[in-house]
Amino acid sequence: MDPHSRHTNVDPVLAQAVQWLDEGRRVALATVTRTWGSAPRRAGSHMAIAANGEFSGSVSGGCIEGAVIQAALEVIESGTARTLEFGVTNEMAWEVGLACGGRVHLLVEPVAGE
Amino acid sequence: MTGGLLRELVAAQATGRDVVLATRLPDGAQELVGAESSSSRLVPPGDVSTARAIADALKTGVPRTVETRAGDIFLRPYIRPPRLIIVGAVHIAQALVPMAAIAGFRVTVLDPREGFATAERFPGAELVKEWPDEAMDMLGPGRRTGVVALTHDPKIDDPALTAALESDAFYIGALGSRKTQEARRERLGALGFSEESLERIHGPVGLPIGARTPEEIAVAVLAQVIGALRM
Repeated sequence: MDPHSRHTNVDPVLAQAVQWLDEGRRVALATVTRTWGSAPRRAGSHMAIAANGEFSGSVSGGCIEGAVIQAALEVIESGTARTLEFGVTNEMAWEVGLACGGRVHLLVEPVAGE
Repeated sequence: MTGGLLRELVAAQATGRDVVLATRLPDGAQELVGAESSSSRLVPPGDVSTARAIADALKTGVPRTVETRAGDIFLRPYIRPPRLIIVGAVHIAQALVPMAAIAGFRVTVLDPREGFATAERFPGAELVKEWPDEAMDMLGPGRRTGVVALTHDPKIDDPALTAALESDAFYIGALGSRKTQEARRERLGALGFSEESLERIHGPVGLPIGARTPEEIAVAVLAQVIGALRM
């Protein structure tokens, strides 16, 4: 990676989302809105997801990305934003919980229309 | 989010305009708010505490969710990254510049000496070939600026550190042994800086990790700068 490419202040995940839009692809954006405990990614962290499942960025240390991509694909289809919660108290904890024991709230929204 | 709003957000980042993206979580309604925005569609009229939270997010860059009469609003600020001014286009700086850039800092290298701050030695970096007196005036270090002096030359380091001490810089560091630091404290003290003020200078510079090479020292310095920013 050329470190000097970072001299632009644009969030690379958002830049990727714009590029996908420019290519005519459908996109969803997931954002960490709130964290408790030892969540691996801070509030504000982004992950962009394209309709074919390609993604950029992260919202955890890798434990919930699969589930978030699934939700994002549904959001792209429905066109409606939704909020998600993951953590040890989540009923899906055995499948897609956070190994670190933290808890996160996410907003998953379609990026569509002008 | 509409594609138009995303493009507006990316354009704001590209031009260095600080903004907050406000999202009302119950219905996903969104708005981009800048420092110049006098009102907001999402903030209920008369809701002073939410308006204050937006102003605070613009300053600190820390996202938060606020409760309003109209439901929870998530505030996600996008502000210019912190800046690191490196005084001395020396070997350590050649390692520190790319590392700091990867960590998300805007990096400026300042060195008036012929042959030091060259594009060959620092490809792509912002270089200032001026004496620190004038250069620091021009750069105007603020609360989100760190300054590290690496030249070992009091003619260059001292004026840079003086300007840093007179600013709100979140980090000030200076290369040199304990003996060098002691001599520097005396020189800067003679200029009128108090003991308390001189305590702001981290020196010997960098976290104590036994760094030996210029590259290892750069890691130690960057870790200390990040610590000063985050802790």
